[in-house]
Amino acid sequence: MNLSVNIAGVEFKNPVTVASGTFGSGAEYHEFVDLNKLGAVTTKGVANVPWPGNPTPRIAETYGGMMNAVGLQNPGIDVLCGRDIPFLKQFDTKIIVNVCGKSEQDYVEVVERLGDEDVDLLEINVSCPNVKEGGIAFGQDPKALEQITKAVKAKAKQPIVMKLSPNVTDITVMAKAAEAGGADALSLINTLTGMKIDINRRQFALANKTGGLSGPAIKPVAVRMVYQVANAVKLPIIGMGGICNYEDAIEFMMAGATMVSIGTANFHDPYTTIKVIDGMKKFMEEKGIEDINEIIGCVK
Amino acid sequence: MSAVKLTAKVRSQKKLASDIYSLILYVPEIADQAKAGQFVSLYSKDGANLLPRPISLCEIDHEEGTIRLVYRVVGKGTEEFSHLEEGDCVEVMGPLGNGFTLKDKRAILIGGGIGIPPMLELAKELNCEKNIVLGFRDETFLLEDLEPRGEIYIASEDGKTGVQGNVLDAIREYEIKGDIIYACGPTPMLRAIKEYAFANHMEAQLSLEEKMACGIGACLACVCKSTEVDDHSHVKNKRICKDGPVFDAGEVEF
Repeated sequence: MNLSVNIAGVEFKNPVTVASGTFGSGAEYHEFVDLNKLGAVTTKGVANVPWPGNPTPRIAETYGGMMNAVGLQNPGIDVLCGRDIPFLKQFDTKIIVNVCGKSEQDYVEVVERLGDEDVDLLEINVSCPNVKEGGIAFGQDPKALEQITKAVKAKAKQPIVMKLSPNVTDITVMAKAAEAGGADALSLINTLTGMKIDINRRQFALANKTGGLSGPAIKPVAVRMVYQVANAVKLPIIGMGGICNYEDAIEFMMAGATMVSIGTANFHDPYTTIKVIDGMKKFMEEKGIEDINEIIGCVK
Repeated sequence: MSAVKLTAKVRSQKKLASDIYSLILYVPEIADQAKAGQFVSLYSKDGANLLPRPISLCEIDHEEGTIRLVYRVVGKGTEEFSHLEEGDCVEVMGPLGNGFTLKDKRAILIGGGIGIPPMLELAKELNCEKNIVLGFRDETFLLEDLEPRGEIYIASEDGKTGVQGNVLDAIREYEIKGDIIYACGPTPMLRAIKEYAFANHMEAQLSLEEKMACGIGACLACVCKSTEVDDHSHVKNKRICKDGPVFDAGEVEF
């Protein structure tokens, strides 16, 4: 039985990674999950310098989901290279580094710095809804997206994955812009912008007023977008958005994703990634599927 | 030793006051390692309630392998937990957080509202002179458990029990003295205690709370401002779930 998949020349032992920001850089979840079993660990977004993030409350539960407005708190690229990458290198798993920035120069600086590091893919976060500058501003305008993709691609030594925002009218326009800019792969979806009001305190539930909605509540939107993008561009896709179990993961792959990321479900059950991998194997056995690649985009 | 997530069996559940419940779980893997001031995450069986509920440890029985959680029903998750009965199962992760650092000094233990429960385990573990100051809105709870553990002083908002007012009113009224404060309760109370401790040159350990998601320090939801640059993100944000929930008063700004 073959579970390995390939994205931009990088071979992953299985198609399961984690969604950036939900897993830190693996150190905390390592107490619960054998990181050697994951296809890849995707690290929390990292900028050129430390970012303090947003005020609290940064999180609010919603029906079948949650909203966050953490605001990309991160220690900056120096700490990632000095502490987090060496930690992850102890394990037999691939490393996907999520990169954030406020300006094109910020992104380029981080990507250049990562050129000397032994990491496998760079995921470029142009879709965080919770920071005022950069982030989503690049992900909602096709011209800006194509430009930043080009700028990053020109300096990157590893393949680049552009992470797309669902907060657009037509996600295929954005996917095509990233493809035109030279992206090697796409990941989608980032969170959907939402709002929650505490009616007893007459206040926003989040200090940032709005936050990014994630969890099973958004899964049908994510599956639809993966399907649309898979049919609009030739790039491989890392699919995510509310995956809680192997059935969800298979659904994303049938819609066109080559890999899947587990995000919010890690908070509900830290063992989700392992359960998804084991469930996929069981599903393949039961259905007589020899190679997981057979099911990628099989639903037309 | 590290935190584990597993299925715990309910030993018993009792209602202590309006909306306040006492739940005893048989979970030796957690009880064995736990100490005062730590917490556990309890998980709802309803998939619509994704996030675990952090609940402080009220008592730990190492011999029995049980932990006691005393909590207030504030929403759908805790409402569900309040219906758990003997023999039921519930998913739990723990022990989480750092817990109190026990000092051999004359102690004032201060609990406000649902911040009172962790003071019971702390009072059991502290082997020194203890004054225990409790702030209630109206109804009291856990008094019988706390009374044998130290000198008890009470403040209540309605004035029906003890001093009318808050815990600091009680401290002033009864002229309570000590060298260290351990406190858990609502943020405004902790803020006032921090000021009081500074003004009186006292050490204080404060147990903070914030909305949490992962409970283990990965998601960076539950941070508080710290005076020093933190080890994790190299900004000035400590993670309440991992670096706390107990902080030295001088360590945090809130």
